[in-house]
Amino acid sequence: MRFAGKAGVVTAIQDVTLAVRDREVVSLIGPSGCGKSTLLNIGAGLNAPTAGAVLVDGERVQGPNDHVAFMLQKDLLLPWRTIAENVMFGLEIKGQARQPSRERAHELLRDFKLAEFANHYPHQLSGGMRQRTALARTVAVNPSVLLLDEPFSAVDAQTRIVLQYDLAQTLKSAGKTALLITHDLLEAIILSDRVLVMSSRPGHIIDEVVIEIPQRDDPFARRRDPRVEGYISRLMDRLQIGHPSQVARAPA
Amino acid sequence: MSDLAQPSQMRRGVAVSLILLILFLAGWQWGPGLLAIPSYIIPPLSQVFVEFLRMWSVNSLLYHTGITAAEVIVGFALGSLLGACMGYLLGISPIAEVALSPYILALQIAPKVAFAPLFILWMGFSVYPKILVAVLIVFFPVLVNVMSGVRGVDPDMINLARSFKASRAQIFWKIEFPASIPPLLAGLRIGSTLAVVGVVVGELVGGNEGLGFLLAFGEGQANTPMVFVSIIMLTLIGSIAYLVVILVERSVLHYMPKRSLGQV
Repeated sequence: MRFAGKAGVVTAIQDVTLAVRDREVVSLIGPSGCGKSTLLNIGAGLNAPTAGAVLVDGERVQGPNDHVAFMLQKDLLLPWRTIAENVMFGLEIKGQARQPSRERAHELLRDFKLAEFANHYPHQLSGGMRQRTALARTVAVNPSVLLLDEPFSAVDAQTRIVLQYDLAQTLKSAGKTALLITHDLLEAIILSDRVLVMSSRPGHIIDEVVIEIPQRDDPFARRRDPRVEGYISRLMDRLQIGHPSQVARAPA
Repeated sequence: MSDLAQPSQMRRGVAVSLILLILFLAGWQWGPGLLAIPSYIIPPLSQVFVEFLRMWSVNSLLYHTGITAAEVIVGFALGSLLGACMGYLLGISPIAEVALSPYILALQIAPKVAFAPLFILWMGFSVYPKILVAVLIVFFPVLVNVMSGVRGVDPDMINLARSFKASRAQIFWKIEFPASIPPLLAGLRIGSTLAVVGVVVGELVGGNEGLGFLLAFGEGQANTPMVFVSIIMLTLIGSIAYLVVILVERSVLHYMPKRSLGQV
C-alpha cells in the first residue's frame, strides 16, 4: 500500500501476506507507524490496496461489506443517540426493520451488562461502558470478521482487563474471527491464538508467534499462566524493545 | 446559570441580581437630579415611562414595535435558512467551498449595515430593505457555524458509517446533519441579536415605520425620552428573540450535558 506523501510516495506496508482462519483471533503488533491501521482499513474495504487483494470467505473485498466490521480506540458513539440507538446504528444503516433491530440491541446490551443504560446518552456513561457499547454496535451487524484497532488503549488499566474478558467471551461464544491491532504485548498474548509481529515502515511481517496457552476465552486465567513471560520476552526481542541501542535512543 | 451551581448559590446570585436591578433603576430615577445632569441628556426613569405612555397612545408605539418585530422575525428566519443551506452545501462539497469561499469571505468582511442605503435605493421606503439587511447580517454566523459543524465530524465516524455501507445521503442525515445542530443553534443565537441590528439600521436610514424610525424621529425632535423608549423596545425584541433560540436549544439539545449549552 502506497500513499502520496509530502516528500513523494510513502509505502506504508509491503509484501504483507497474512491469513486468519475461521474463528481464529490474530493479533498484530509492531512499532508505531508501521502500517497496522492501513492494513486494517484495507481489510475493512475502506481503502483499496495499491497492489494485492483481500479475501474474506473466499470473496474479494472491493469495498465495505457485510462480512467485516471494525472498532477503534475511539468509541465513535453518536452523542444524540441513546445507547440502544447507538447499538442499532449499523443495523439501521443496513436498512433493517426497526423492531427486530431494537430487540437485537437490547439483547446485546443485556449480554454486555448495559441493559439499564439503554436509554442513557453516551455522555452519561464511563469510558469503559462507552467502549463496551461500541463493541455491541460492532457485533450487532453480525459480521464474520471483527477488525479491532487498539480498542482498549483509551481506557484505564482496570477497565481494560474487564473489557478484554468481555471481548474474549464474545468472540468465543459468537464464534467470530478477529484481527486485533494492539500496542499491548500482554493483551496480544492473552487474547489471541497467534501474534504477528510487523517491522517498521514499510511494514511487513517479521515473526509469527503461536500462543499455546489454552482458554482463549478466559484472559484472566491466561494472565496468570507462567508461559506468558516467555512469549513477552520473545515479542520484546522481535520488536527490539529493551535492547541497549533502543534504550540509548529513547528520548529523555 | 450553571448546573454546577448549588441551589443556595443560585438563590444568592438571583438576589444580588435583583438588588443590582433596583439600584440601577433608582440610580436612573434620582441620579441625574443629584448629579445635575439635564433631562435632555439623561431623562429620569419616570419621565421615560411617561413618554412611553404618550408614545403608546399618540405615536402608535405598538404598531411600530410590531413592524420592527416582524422585520426581525422574517429577516432572521430567511437569513438563517439561507445561511444554513449554504453552510451545508459548503460543508459537504469541497469544490463548492474552494470556489465560493473567496466571495463569501469578501462579503463577510464588507460591513453589512453599509448596504442599507443601497437596498433603500433599490426597494424604496418599504419593509423589504430592512429585512434584506437583517438577512445579510444573520447569514454569515449561521453559515460559518453550520459549515464548521459539518466539517468537524470525525472522519473515523464517517468511515464507521461507510463500513456499514452507508450511502452519502445516510451519512448526511444520520451523522453530519445532527452533528451540525449544536453549532447551528449557536449561530442562531448570534444571529438573533444581529437581526435586530440589521433591521434598526435599515429603519434609521430611511422609512416612516418601525422603532428605528421613532428613534430617528425622537432624535430630530431632541426628545431624549423618546430615544430611550425606542432603545428599550428594541432591546426587548432582541431579548425575546434570543430567549426563544435558547429555549429551542434547550429542548433540541436535551442529549448534551447542560453546562455545554448556551447560558442566559
